[in-house]
Amino acid sequence: MDISTTTDAPPPTPQPPVAEQKRAARGATRPGDRIFLGLSRGSGILLLVVMAAIAVFLTYRAALAISDDHGNFLTTFEWNTNLTPPSFGIAVLAFGTIVSSVIAMAIAVPIAVAIALFLTHYSPRRLSGPIAYVIDLLAAVPSIVYGLWGALILVPHMDGLFGWLNDYLGWTGIFSWEGGAPRSMLTVGILLAIMILPIITNVSREVFRQVPRMHEEAALALGATRWEVVRMAVLPFGRSGVISASMLGLGRALGETMAVATVLSPSYDIQASLLNPGGGTFAQNIASKFGEATPLGRDALIASGLVLFVITLLVNGAARAIIARRKEYSGANA
Amino acid sequence: MSTAAVTDKRPSTLRAASLPKWTSPAIAVGAIALGIGISFAADLHSEIQWALIAAVLFVLGTYGISARVEGRRQAKDRVATSFVWVAFLLAVIPLVSLVWTTVSRGVKVLDVYFLTHSMGVVADSEPGGGIYHAIIGSLEQVGLATLIGAPIGVMTAIYLVEYGRGRLAQAVTFFVDVMTGIPSIVAGLFILSLMLIFEMQPFGFAGSLALAILMMPVVVRSTEEMLKLVPNELREASLALGVPKWRTILKVVLPTSIGGITTGIMLAIARIAGETAPVLLLVFGNPFINNNPFEGAQASLPLYIYQQYAQSAGANAAYDRAWAASLTLIAFVMILNLVARGIARWKAPKAGR
Amino acid sequence: MAKRIDVSGLTAYYGSHKAIEDISMTVEPRSVTAFIGPSGCGKSTFLRTLNRMHEVTPGGRVEGKVLLDDEDLYGTGVDPVSVRREVGMVFQRPNPFPTMSIYENVAAGLRLNGSYKKSELNDIVERSLKGANLWNEVKDRLNKPGSGLSGGQQQRLCIARAIAVEPKVLLMDEPCSALDPISTLAIEDLIGELKERFTIVIVTHNMQQAARVSDRTAFFNLSAVGQPGRLIEIDDTERIFSNPSVQATEDYISGRFG
Repeated sequence: MDISTTTDAPPPTPQPPVAEQKRAARGATRPGDRIFLGLSRGSGILLLVVMAAIAVFLTYRAALAISDDHGNFLTTFEWNTNLTPPSFGIAVLAFGTIVSSVIAMAIAVPIAVAIALFLTHYSPRRLSGPIAYVIDLLAAVPSIVYGLWGALILVPHMDGLFGWLNDYLGWTGIFSWEGGAPRSMLTVGILLAIMILPIITNVSREVFRQVPRMHEEAALALGATRWEVVRMAVLPFGRSGVISASMLGLGRALGETMAVATVLSPSYDIQASLLNPGGGTFAQNIASKFGEATPLGRDALIASGLVLFVITLLVNGAARAIIARRKEYSGANA
Repeated sequence: MSTAAVTDKRPSTLRAASLPKWTSPAIAVGAIALGIGISFAADLHSEIQWALIAAVLFVLGTYGISARVEGRRQAKDRVATSFVWVAFLLAVIPLVSLVWTTVSRGVKVLDVYFLTHSMGVVADSEPGGGIYHAIIGSLEQVGLATLIGAPIGVMTAIYLVEYGRGRLAQAVTFFVDVMTGIPSIVAGLFILSLMLIFEMQPFGFAGSLALAILMMPVVVRSTEEMLKLVPNELREASLALGVPKWRTILKVVLPTSIGGITTGIMLAIARIAGETAPVLLLVFGNPFINNNPFEGAQASLPLYIYQQYAQSAGANAAYDRAWAASLTLIAFVMILNLVARGIARWKAPKAGR
Repeated sequence: MAKRIDVSGLTAYYGSHKAIEDISMTVEPRSVTAFIGPSGCGKSTFLRTLNRMHEVTPGGRVEGKVLLDDEDLYGTGVDPVSVRREVGMVFQRPNPFPTMSIYENVAAGLRLNGSYKKSELNDIVERSLKGANLWNEVKDRLNKPGSGLSGGQQQRLCIARAIAVEPKVLLMDEPCSALDPISTLAIEDLIGELKERFTIVIVTHNMQQAARVSDRTAFFNLSAVGQPGRLIEIDDTERIFSNPSVQATEDYISGRFG
């Protein structure tokens, strides 16, 4: 086959004309085509411009604020924008944001993966459709409603659990409790976990559903129990998908505003214990401090928002990169 | 020789001791009973503790009994099964509680009066008043956001699917993904930074702009998916008839996928209708009715909920109003969702063959 | 090691649809039995009832008896997981676990069954790969992913994986249909060697293949589309291909339909 094509391959003359034709067709002369292409391309460009503008304007206002900051913007443990000289830093917010998100992830990821497995591999088939549907709808519940529920229903129910943690794990310091209202980072983390559960579940379920049947049958034919099938065929195949689903959930948790603002009883310091009220997150701090903020205060809040923006960009970018790599990988195996 | 070793490790029979079918429910009932018993004995008051104790007892009990009767592998399988069920139930409890409380507490003050009156002359701590002004604000802000966000989103998706090749399309695809993850408060801060430059006071349309930013990537993503579902044969058939590309898109591609695109837009509306943070920064809230989204502070439903909760110092009347407004908002979002999914199912392009 | 299979009155359903009806046959130990027949006649379904894989498909249901030596696979208290341990299976498309190395793939079934010493495991993996005529080709890259092999090598890897747990019976569902002629030949040779140790049942679309590898051949057919498949006859392969006792078999073999 190779020989025949190399010996009497026709001279590649037809190619340039085809390319020319294509170019002619693309540079369409019809006004309708030109306008339509212009509009649609313009929309795409507008989107890019908006993204760039977000970065530029946030940076601009943030620069104004930081140049007036007499503390260190990264390491100062206070947020005093009304003082002369003003002094503020994001250390407390960064800590609170990370802690609440880590708690949320630690609770939500295993449970979400379990629910996704439940829907794809364990539940009776008649149940899994409606349940998946309900979870879809729950993903649409506005965060402020979660916040209201968290503040008025979840918080009063946390007392017992907090007392218990304090009794048995109080010695660790992380779980000691001085008996204040349980409006603490742990409660925030639990509420965030409940909120990001639907999205992690949905994405993981999609991934698990795509596990090729033949891999599962291979495991079954070796005499694997259902759990062993999941461990041998389903989880390894879905791992990167679950990671990126978790990152998407993490992005949500990092940026969540209202649910944290309603539940947390904030204070501008770092609490060693997860059970004592206090601390704050980027988004919550902006929402809570915005009402009484001076002009400089607003710029300072914008500066903290810029940090949040960058963090979420990194997290989401990582999630997308993992998804993209997975696509290539599964494409090669298809 | 090692062949023999392999055979020895196996049970000589296919028949494995196995637990009867009612075992799992029985263990579950036992675990719950024991969990409640322990809780009473130890004087624990929180249902959360009860549920956790019962869940742990259920998993441990399943493992213990199954390991003794059926062997370790089966026991592991059963534990995994029971963990999956327990996780599912644990997750269901808060979600059911959320829906139940919103409905049961929301219906208290939700009536025609509530829907048709504002908070104009009602102090936050007193009963009375309603959400009319908030509904007006929400409808206007979300409506304007949709007018901006939906066309731009759909056109961008058309560009990506029908024209997009090369660097620009790649960049747009990437940044649409990135934009999906922008926290709503950051979108609010962006518009805020513009308003600070022009020294503007809060008004409804500012909120619309932030909401439009949040809406666009969602619309792009869903529209893209829908356009990709349109078979290429259809496009080629139309082009081969000498129909120009833009008319092919307008007359063939869009009508084929219009159901899915509508669904995507409605889901995006449902999402931004519940956004609070940007509205808090940009629209500010207003107890009076303001029908003009281009001047002066407005209210909005999610913001109303937050302010009833946060500014009322624990007054029951305000909490009742917050729940009723939540119920209204959830009902709105859910109806949008259900209708959107209905359209998707009804208009779904029938798969070939 | 190898065991006899005795099927009597076996009927299998997909939901309410009856896929195969009232099949009875005996498969001798240490022999190769081939199932042939037109598409949709239920030969693959029947094969999957022999290690209780049929019930894995949603709606799958079986009536009747399958005795492995003297034990009914569908008797009360029988664990389908142990059944599949005794009756291994090789699928139509090679399906090595994509995330595992060659070594791990072969060891996958053993790992399920508790702990082995490293050296013990090495021995079994080497023996299984040798048994599948793959050892020489992969011994230098045991830690590379199994998906990097060619189709024929992947299929032999799957055979190695199946025989590593020392089943009594090996079921093969059109194992060569996705392979080129040279890989097919390699697998056919392998089947000839494996029948010294296992009872082998193979479904094939390729009648030459059935004639080459099998000792006994069973012909399945269905009276019309939508009707359940039935066993028409089973006999020594030579007999089936030279002088079958049923007219339909001869028609099928001589290419008059199917």
